[in-house]
Amino acid sequence: MSLFTDLQNRILVIDGAMGTMIQRHKLQETDYRGEQFKDWHLDIKGNNDILCITQPRIIIGIHKEYLEAGADILETNTFSAQRISMADYQMESYSYDINVAAAKCARIAVQEFMQEHPNSTPKYVAGAIGPMNKTLSLSPDVNNPGFRGMTFDEAMEAYYEQVKGLVDGGVDIILIETIFDTLNAKAAIFATKKYFADQGIAELPIMISGTITDASGRTLSGQTLEAFYTSIVHANPISVGLNCALGAQEMRPHIEELSTLADCAVSAYPNAGLPNAMGEYDEHPQHTGGFIEDWAKEGWVNIVGGCCGTTPPHIKAIAEKVKGLQPRVFEPRSL
Amino acid sequence: MVQNKILIMTTYTRYAGLEPFIIRPETNFVNIGERTNVTGSKKFARLIRENKYEEALSVARQQVENGAQIIDVNMDDALLDGVQAMTIFMNLVQSEPDIARVPIMLDSSKFEIIEAGLKCVQGKCIVNSISMKEGEAKFIQQAKICKMYGASVVVMAFDEVGQADTKQRKVEICHRAYKILTEQVGYAPQDIIFDPNIFAVATGLEEHNNYAVDFIEATKEIKQLMPLVKVSGGVSNLSFSFRGNDHVREAMHSVFLYYAIQAGMDMGIVNAGQLVVYDTIEPQLKELCENVILNKTNDDNSATEKLIQFAATVKGKEKEDAVDAAWRSEPVDKRLAHALVNGITDFIEADTEEARQKYPKPLDVIEGPLMDGMNIVGDLFGSGKMFLPQVVKSARVMKKSVAVLTPFIELEKEERAKAHLAAGTTNEESAGAGRILLATVKGDVHDIGKNIVGVVLGCNGYEIKDIGVMVPTDKILDEAEKFGADIIGLSGLITPSLDEMVHIAHEMKRRGMKQPLLIGGATTSRMHTAVKIQPQYDNGVVHVLDASRSVTVAGQLLNAETKPVFLNEITAEYKKLQEQFATKKVAKDFLPFAEAQKNNFVIQQEQVCNAPSFTGKKIFESESITTLRKYIDWKPFFIAWEMHGQFPAILTDNVIGEAATKLFIDANNLLDKIIAENWLTARGVIGFWEAKKSAPDTIELHTENIKLEFLRQQSKKAEGQSNTSLADFISAEKQDYIGAFSVTIQGAEKYIAQFNADHDDYNKIILQALCDRLVEAYAEYLHEEVRKNYWGFAPAEQLSNEELIAEKYQGIRPAPGYPACPDHTEKYKLFDLLGGESTTQIQLTESLAMNPAPSVCGWYFSHPQSKYFGIGKIDEDQLRDYTTRKEMASDALRKWLRPVME
Repeated sequence: MSLFTDLQNRILVIDGAMGTMIQRHKLQETDYRGEQFKDWHLDIKGNNDILCITQPRIIIGIHKEYLEAGADILETNTFSAQRISMADYQMESYSYDINVAAAKCARIAVQEFMQEHPNSTPKYVAGAIGPMNKTLSLSPDVNNPGFRGMTFDEAMEAYYEQVKGLVDGGVDIILIETIFDTLNAKAAIFATKKYFADQGIAELPIMISGTITDASGRTLSGQTLEAFYTSIVHANPISVGLNCALGAQEMRPHIEELSTLADCAVSAYPNAGLPNAMGEYDEHPQHTGGFIEDWAKEGWVNIVGGCCGTTPPHIKAIAEKVKGLQPRVFEPRSL
Repeated sequence: MVQNKILIMTTYTRYAGLEPFIIRPETNFVNIGERTNVTGSKKFARLIRENKYEEALSVARQQVENGAQIIDVNMDDALLDGVQAMTIFMNLVQSEPDIARVPIMLDSSKFEIIEAGLKCVQGKCIVNSISMKEGEAKFIQQAKICKMYGASVVVMAFDEVGQADTKQRKVEICHRAYKILTEQVGYAPQDIIFDPNIFAVATGLEEHNNYAVDFIEATKEIKQLMPLVKVSGGVSNLSFSFRGNDHVREAMHSVFLYYAIQAGMDMGIVNAGQLVVYDTIEPQLKELCENVILNKTNDDNSATEKLIQFAATVKGKEKEDAVDAAWRSEPVDKRLAHALVNGITDFIEADTEEARQKYPKPLDVIEGPLMDGMNIVGDLFGSGKMFLPQVVKSARVMKKSVAVLTPFIELEKEERAKAHLAAGTTNEESAGAGRILLATVKGDVHDIGKNIVGVVLGCNGYEIKDIGVMVPTDKILDEAEKFGADIIGLSGLITPSLDEMVHIAHEMKRRGMKQPLLIGGATTSRMHTAVKIQPQYDNGVVHVLDASRSVTVAGQLLNAETKPVFLNEITAEYKKLQEQFATKKVAKDFLPFAEAQKNNFVIQQEQVCNAPSFTGKKIFESESITTLRKYIDWKPFFIAWEMHGQFPAILTDNVIGEAATKLFIDANNLLDKIIAENWLTARGVIGFWEAKKSAPDTIELHTENIKLEFLRQQSKKAEGQSNTSLADFISAEKQDYIGAFSVTIQGAEKYIAQFNADHDDYNKIILQALCDRLVEAYAEYLHEEVRKNYWGFAPAEQLSNEELIAEKYQGIRPAPGYPACPDHTEKYKLFDLLGGESTTQIQLTESLAMNPAPSVCGWYFSHPQSKYFGIGKIDEDQLRDYTTRKEMASDALRKWLRPVME
């Protein structure tokens, strides 16, 4: 595994938004259903993760666009691929399959890319584990603050199944991302640790990426950045970072803070600015790239990329700007 | 494995609730709250048994308020389902940010109850406890599970043989556990806490007499052997034999901790509200406790006997609560300080008079006790322990006190002058503190922020001259020279004020003035100050974010030593901003204006709304303030007081909640009075007219023969996104309508003058801020009436005030001069349509601010797709087009549009 070495030698680039790219294909209900689900009893348009099974070439194509743009790490298209979120489409029983298929899509993309570019630097596939559509720390019922929409064990088991699918499909990294609620992330960490312990195999590297939701500088579940970091560091992650909710401009102070806290690599993949009045992202790739270049020059980051609204041109701009810049140093401190 | 290489934990012990808690070398003893424990608190146990979880939460909250840095939660009761109780209580605790901010210690002898707690808490917890009581295998298994949840563990000094009671056993067991945890489980040493067992002393059994000494000495050795681990213990066990005698128990705990902490004890489970300070224990009791705890002079239990005898004499002695009025019996200087810090005006006149008679000169009272008191206030404010409303209240006390003294000071001055005259000498008044002149610039009427800055600076000993609002440049600069100002502060809220400030800076340079210029107010920014104002003037221009900052800035500028350093830093910082601005400018991508117009926002024609119930205008002479009160958005009210946060959560915020609540109560009391005594008049006018989009950026009101001109977004958009103009929201094809409104709150001036006369800045600023809120509430209310009745396109709308504030309604009411239509000059047309200044008596200043300040106007757009947006920056070609359409001089228009031009 050269990821760790790679991280010490250069700034790695993680890919951009998957949803934004899928949107551009203007897929219809029948496209989402494909052959396998043509008679499914519910509408599944909007279930982007199922496309790994029904439209693998589209997903592989998007992955490849990002690789061409300069991404070193691909995220699998599995943001919601666990049974808690899949319940929206009553597709709980396909959760495992989606993860396997998604990991394969990304693997195929890497394989094809490597054949076309035999001299390329290594590319990695990160199995993306999202936050779920339910949260363990907040009550969905304002009149009953002690109530929870699911239990820790339910979340942990759903994540366990997802980790299994991702590992079976061949990912290189487990990426727990867009963490709104640290307790959900802790369930995912628990599931990951448990899976590898149960299997008796070496753990894959874990990347962790939280989300600061607004100007309060806290996660949705109310933690400060340092409290968040303290609460997940037991995962022994290869990197800790932030993604989503904020554009690079708003994320800057938090990345700076994180770079002073983290004993591991620091990752950052912001949105393409804040949504405009129409709810769309319109930050120019050169701007996004410029902001991130600034972080790299400050020596704050090891992994950079984009989240909502970012596209291959954004990733290209980012990759070009950080090329040759020194990664943040995270030498082991002595105990 | 690879990532083990980067298992680099810092050596500090870290826990987390919503906020981190780090034990650093310099961290003092950590208090762990013990009252949320069913085995230790009868009250808590009863509440849990009776399912009174809300009240049980208040026990936890009290612990945190009393200084517990971690709270210990224990649900071990034979009558309880411990797993269920722990789950319910922990979930509830997580919904209370003022409790959940601290880390949780999950305390149980049953591991399944601990695990139930771990499943509910997002932060990094402490498990209390695990041990080798049931052998190594189980110990390892439980430790591994704790590690997967990321929890630290308390390990009790307990093995297969039993609980360790001697120093040697304590150390041995802890060391064995340490090796297992660090070598087999992978625990970091700093995530391990040992509890070497605190047992009861003075039980009458001699073999118990050395227990405290054993603990203290074992602690010392454990810390030497394993320096990174932490040591904890349940302190109340120690004094178990003195149950019911809190006086003695508290003293014993204090004395014990005094020695245990020196030995290296890091934390303990204590009643955070009940720790007495070691130094304040009465000497006799202290000595008795020391003998018992350190097992000195204790042959035949003699030390124990003596403590028991002493205990009998104090039994039942209740601690007297400090009576609120105790401060009244203090000496007068202390009373003045107390009144200042707590903002109490009740006794200030009598106290001031008493102080005046005590001191040789009336001025001595100001320079002595009053300034001392204000210094305390300044320090507390500076360190974040007091908040703005409290400081303004303190200022009110100060001013009232000074008002008592002023006549005597004047009298003295006159006599001194006469004496000087008689003796033929000159009169030298002391140079005094720095002088600061404040003004709101020409064309602008907003002054709440400036008033607050004045009060806060006044509190810090500066002499303030506030020359009011709408002050022209020459007058500001003349007054500054006359007053001998050391600093000039300018304030402004609307965008044209920015130009005015640039102009003033320019004039200051031309006049060769020397004093630094401070820039503040809602529309100002550090960037604008750096790019536009600072280059105009060489002797210091500083943007001041808020009143709190103004104190430090003034302090730096008025100290001859710090001033050059400070100004150099500011200049360097602004230079950087100027460079940033210059580089950013190049990167801006504009569409040619014609293309932007083609990429317009397209509305659904079938959704164009029906005709309003009337066309023309309708005037509302006086709307009920009681009605408007319900529509108040309180959040900006608190922001005006520099208290940031969501409403109503701010009222229970653990830092500013108390101050916010007091302010909220005071504001509502004043509001009651305003309504009862009919202080204010709310006037408004609305109108609707037939409208058509007659050109890409023009709306024609043909019945009125008026064309409204709008600007359009011009920066390059991502695919599928439009370049929007407000004109896009009016139909070019179908019969459509546009509306307008203006509202104002009148009558406050008289009461503001009264508050001024009464030296009551606190109520003055509350009143001003309330007027601002009421006029916004009026706009909100009237808009709702328009949607439901007067226009009637949403007759069935049912929205809560929160939903209204969140703009969940159909349609918008953008105001000229704001992001969607940044050209202030369209306000003339709006006023003309609504019948001019006579209908509401709102006047427009030369900068197109509305006077009186609490006034709001805007357009009504009804189309369901109409949304608030910002124009952003526009390019030269759009300005040219706009100039032609508006038939205005290009230079004049450029000036008005400067904020949206590069």
